[in-house]
Amino acid sequence: MNSSKRSGTVISKQSARAPFDVAHYRKDFPILAQKVYGKPLVYLDNAATTQKPQVVIDALEQYYAKENANIHRGIHYLSQQATDAYDDARVTVQKFLSARKPSEIIFVRGATEGINLVSQSYGRTFLKAGDEILITAMEHHSNIVPWQILCEQTGAKLRTSPINDDGELLVNEFEKLLNPKTKFVSIAHISNALGTINPVKRLIQMAHERRIPVLIDGAQSAPHMAVDLQDLDCDFFVFSGHKLFGPTGIGVLYGKSEYLEKMPPYQGGGDMISAVTFEKTLYNKLPFKFEAGTPHIAGVIGLGAAVNYVARIGLDPIFAYEQELLEYATRKLSEVSGLRIIGEAKEKASIISFVLADVHAHDVGTILDQEGIAIRAGHHCAMPLMERFGVPATARASFAFYNTKEEIDRLVDGLHTVLEVFT
Amino acid sequence: MISSELRELYQELILEHSKKPRNFRVLEGANHTAEGFNPLCGDKIKLYLEIEDGRVKDIGFQGSGCAISKASASMMTASVKGKSVSETQTLFSEFHKMLSGKESTEFDETKLGKLSVFSGVSEFPVRVKCATLAWHTLKAGMESSGKTVTTEA
Repeated sequence: MNSSKRSGTVISKQSARAPFDVAHYRKDFPILAQKVYGKPLVYLDNAATTQKPQVVIDALEQYYAKENANIHRGIHYLSQQATDAYDDARVTVQKFLSARKPSEIIFVRGATEGINLVSQSYGRTFLKAGDEILITAMEHHSNIVPWQILCEQTGAKLRTSPINDDGELLVNEFEKLLNPKTKFVSIAHISNALGTINPVKRLIQMAHERRIPVLIDGAQSAPHMAVDLQDLDCDFFVFSGHKLFGPTGIGVLYGKSEYLEKMPPYQGGGDMISAVTFEKTLYNKLPFKFEAGTPHIAGVIGLGAAVNYVARIGLDPIFAYEQELLEYATRKLSEVSGLRIIGEAKEKASIISFVLADVHAHDVGTILDQEGIAIRAGHHCAMPLMERFGVPATARASFAFYNTKEEIDRLVDGLHTVLEVFT
Repeated sequence: MISSELRELYQELILEHSKKPRNFRVLEGANHTAEGFNPLCGDKIKLYLEIEDGRVKDIGFQGSGCAISKASASMMTASVKGKSVSETQTLFSEFHKMLSGKESTEFDETKLGKLSVFSGVSEFPVRVKCATLAWHTLKAGMESSGKTVTTEA
């Protein structure tokens, strides 16, 4: 289980206390060295997806070149190699999140599938007509729609906890919404559209005082800040591999075993059974009960490599450096005439949504793109939130630890070009 | 520095129409309406048409969107007003050919007139939908299917 034969796990040359050497880390990402339209790429769309370090690309290549076989059917050498690598990655993720056991880590396609799994397996089994599910006004569609589907299926009701004009959750209102009918709470750790960091530990405590299980959508938090599940004490946690410098199509659902044990399988198929007859099937133990079919083995191994990579740099130094970028970018962007930042929470991750004078976000995006700067323009899969702020769309710059202050200066220059085109 | 591609895309006429869209109003006497929506960016348009004896007698629109989609809607309304439904359809097909940007598809610039100002959009594939949203909505309005047109159908 813990034999680490993988060459992908080299020891970092950086010590944790060294100043954050962004130039050094940038070299780990081959894509960052390229030019677009003849200009050096400035990639500021990290909340959508992150770039991949060479160790992740190598891990995928090594798996396909040297280890490819199906797992948990280990009668031959390659299958054992692949199974070991797959199981190692689960332990890597368990340690990364401080989960109690590897079997509490379920590999899924991404945060979206993790939420769907919980809503369909837990929700359909334990919720009934009249029950309430509480989310917040700043959720991504992936933490709204699965619950709406569940509500249609069960007759449960979806309630939304409001936010203030800075994009902060109104904690008192949240607490008021918790009532005897509330049977599930599902909240974003960090808003993908506003950058707000929610006080999830407090919110989880409030829900637990009323014996309500809580899911935390960690899609934006796991890649950018240290997450300790023992400290948070949430019952479920999801994140996506591709936002954590890993491959697309792989993600993680963490669930406390006391919940996962009593939940029925989400999908049926191979690997999730222990015995099948045409009359009855015995389900496999955790985590395999929830991993029907041949999983995305390469993706899991690539995710393991990505987790090892960020863990070596350290999430605390990453968070501190990204806060520096956030502070710098907020200051520089505020100086651009006509620019309004949407989402000014006191506790914020390195995501900045903004509108520029009366220029539509798409026009901002196209002009910045011509300057080699990649940002997101649109509703960020959070249409109810855009409505809350009375904007059809925003431009969004989201940073990762490989971004630099020089890149923020390029963004600001690009915005001046936008203004030049439109005046 | 503004690149030549950007200058091609955001031509003066386009910027001017996006800032001061023509026929930007609810048409009281409309006998055909249609709504267009681009779910990817949230651009919305509502089109009001007064069609009489197979001609677009009057036209107005409301909505929100980027400069390209607003200017396209504005210039479309200006160019189809007074035209017959079949002339309007020909115009749309020429407009569409121009935006597809394929060298093999020749479009008739004389038929398009001022609308050829949008030819630069063909260099920006992700923005073609912005320029055609109003036209797809117009087509639906003339056929009066009453359904919301989406760019992602």
